[in-house]
Amino acid sequence: MSKARSLSHVNLRNGLLFCLPWLIGLTVFLIYPLCAALYYSLCDYSVLLPPVFIGFDNYLGLAKDPLFWQSLGNTAYFAAGSVSLGLLVSLSLALLLNSRVKALGVYRTIFFLPSLMPVVASSILWMWMYNGQSGLINTGLHALGIRGPAWLADPLWAKPAIVIMAVWGAGNAMVVYLAGLQDVPTSLYEAALIDGAGFFQRLFHVTIPMISPVIYFNVVLSVISGFQAFTQAFIMTGSTGAPERSTLFYVLNLYNVGFQDLRMGYASAMAWVLFVIILLLTWAATKLSQRFVTYDR
Amino acid sequence: MKGLLRCPSTRIGAVALFAIASSCIVNSACSARGSKQAVRHITYWEKWTGFEGEAMDAVVADFNALELAHAKSDPAYVPIEVEKVTISKLEQKLLIAIAGGNPPDLAGNYSFAIAAYAHHGALSDLGPLIAKSNFDRSRYIEHFLRLGEYRGRTWALPIVPASTALVLNKRLFRDAGLDPEKPPTTIEELDAYAEKLTKWEVTSPSGEKHVESGYLPDVPATQKRLLQVGFLPNEPHWWMFGWGDFFGGRLLESSDKVSSAAAANIRAFEWVASYSQKLGVDVIKRFRSGFGNSSSPQNAFLSGKVAMEMQGVWIHNFVEKYAPGLSWAAAPFPYPADHPELAGTTRADADMLMIPKGSAHPEEAWRFIQFASTQAELEKLCLGQQKFTPLTDVSERFWAAHPNPSIRLFRQLAVSKNAVSIPRTEIWNEYNRELGNATDLIQNLKQTPASALTDVQTKMQAALDRDREIQARRQAR
Repeated sequence: MSKARSLSHVNLRNGLLFCLPWLIGLTVFLIYPLCAALYYSLCDYSVLLPPVFIGFDNYLGLAKDPLFWQSLGNTAYFAAGSVSLGLLVSLSLALLLNSRVKALGVYRTIFFLPSLMPVVASSILWMWMYNGQSGLINTGLHALGIRGPAWLADPLWAKPAIVIMAVWGAGNAMVVYLAGLQDVPTSLYEAALIDGAGFFQRLFHVTIPMISPVIYFNVVLSVISGFQAFTQAFIMTGSTGAPERSTLFYVLNLYNVGFQDLRMGYASAMAWVLFVIILLLTWAATKLSQRFVTYDR
Repeated sequence: MKGLLRCPSTRIGAVALFAIASSCIVNSACSARGSKQAVRHITYWEKWTGFEGEAMDAVVADFNALELAHAKSDPAYVPIEVEKVTISKLEQKLLIAIAGGNPPDLAGNYSFAIAAYAHHGALSDLGPLIAKSNFDRSRYIEHFLRLGEYRGRTWALPIVPASTALVLNKRLFRDAGLDPEKPPTTIEELDAYAEKLTKWEVTSPSGEKHVESGYLPDVPATQKRLLQVGFLPNEPHWWMFGWGDFFGGRLLESSDKVSSAAAANIRAFEWVASYSQKLGVDVIKRFRSGFGNSSSPQNAFLSGKVAMEMQGVWIHNFVEKYAPGLSWAAAPFPYPADHPELAGTTRADADMLMIPKGSAHPEEAWRFIQFASTQAELEKLCLGQQKFTPLTDVSERFWAAHPNPSIRLFRQLAVSKNAVSIPRTEIWNEYNRELGNATDLIQNLKQTPASALTDVQTKMQAALDRDREIQARRQAR
């Protein structure tokens, strides 16, 4: 008995030793910053001067700050647009690329390639494509007899333009869907075919239920990254979120407040609010998943 | 692994390896310490790259050579060695380095950043260092020296100043029947010239195309395409916040009072909005989206799309690099006809040298600042960057060697009583963003200048009051 206990002690010690680098990393780079940010969110803090405790003033200030609400609205618009459009495009592409056609590997590579491009590079590329006068998109629209908008210079079109651009990186999700689709047993399709099911019946009653865990995974990840959108707007429309703050996303606003105005306490409060929002959305998605996600157990 | 270490030969090998590695580390640490004793090494962060960076490299090389020569003649003297490091986005990275307790010894930064830096205690007060040296304030153009001051203390010294003027494309002037030797002197003249210099491609109902000048309010937008404009207040867009200065307005009435909604500022932005009304909001957006980066041949002025602009002294460098052969001229920016006392108004800001808080070698950094601020070195630096110096004395050699044909005009504007700069306030970044949004709304004719500027004033006054309250609380502790 004592030998068994000493063995379990040794195992525990060894286990902890192996985990130690990760534990140290988690504590130093995640738990400490999280707790520090929570404390600073209750202070006026400029990084350079000692923090002054101000209680919940920062959170009360956020509730009354029109920029906070505007940036949250812009981000929700972007997240909803990019998640739904991204889901539609990446799933459609995966369905197309799941069929048996010639040179399938080439098509898969072509559709996956854009997602390998860094966001900064693709943002600059899309800035040229969205050029109101000589951009590729407006030139194409002109050929169809349509007068395209000024895109990034137009408050009405700047946000949709960034949402459309997000589809450019659908390759990542497409690969995950493709993996999910290849995991669906062919016997189910055969049974459905024998029952006389058409393409859409097979799609909605076999394919989608079978890959619903994959859809759930991709949606949660896309919502998280959608709420953290920053680079595209920072590069394409500047840190002010021009035109007329139509592209002022939440994290861009947080960056301005923290790193330009040196109001780190307020920025920490914003970060914590975002953390809670993402947490709630993930919780809601998990709750919904219990109703809509089918696990093949 | 345990078994491996039990083997005596392996254990000896491991110990030997550890000993060799340790001795290497100790030796390298000692040699590093040794080299630090041989020279006093200071790091200098600078934002400029290209020929502007090279101009400062030459000053650093002069300083290092002088220090070495001093050490040769006096073996007891430990020379200072300046290492210049080019940093992008310096104004933010410098703050992080200072907050992290590992700042450079010396930094070159924009004048508009000083108030916020000083307010947050990120800079060393140069006062005690100035007091110990033979600093002669009268050597400097007062306006530029004041850019380094905040709340009665000196935090930075100017090294490379710049000012703005109206620049015009001579060929486009002649094509429009205007005399480029007689640039507009008043805002009203500027507006009239701008109309003559604006050209459209008009498509007649029969499908024929021809070029017409003016704003053509009676021709529908679908039948005209803008080819060239005389003037656009938002090209370049760098100083949109500051048009009020050219109408006698100020963004800060005092260090504690925001005045963006002052009558002169409202008048200035009504003038800005008048261009949107004359040309059309959508037309301007489409036209501007065809412009390239300012540092490229597609720059609106260099490519002949905009005939007149407010530009800085650096426009000469842009012309040389991207549009050699472009015939251009500079003139003082026009003033409102009913305010002749505003003639010669110019935006005059500068690059500054400062010693960050926590600098390990403030005395040595100050030695370099003093060296770089001598007339000979400043002229070398400013000639290299093709600007003018912040000093009152200018050598004939400097004027003779300067490649910019309008350099005397830019300097003359900078020394005038109407030289204005970005307001020295700790809330400038936020204020600038708010003004940027207000100008967006004004130009898009979504909000009247009075309403947009009042919104900015209310918000920024609250921000300034909040800042002062926190400061009072901090001092009370």
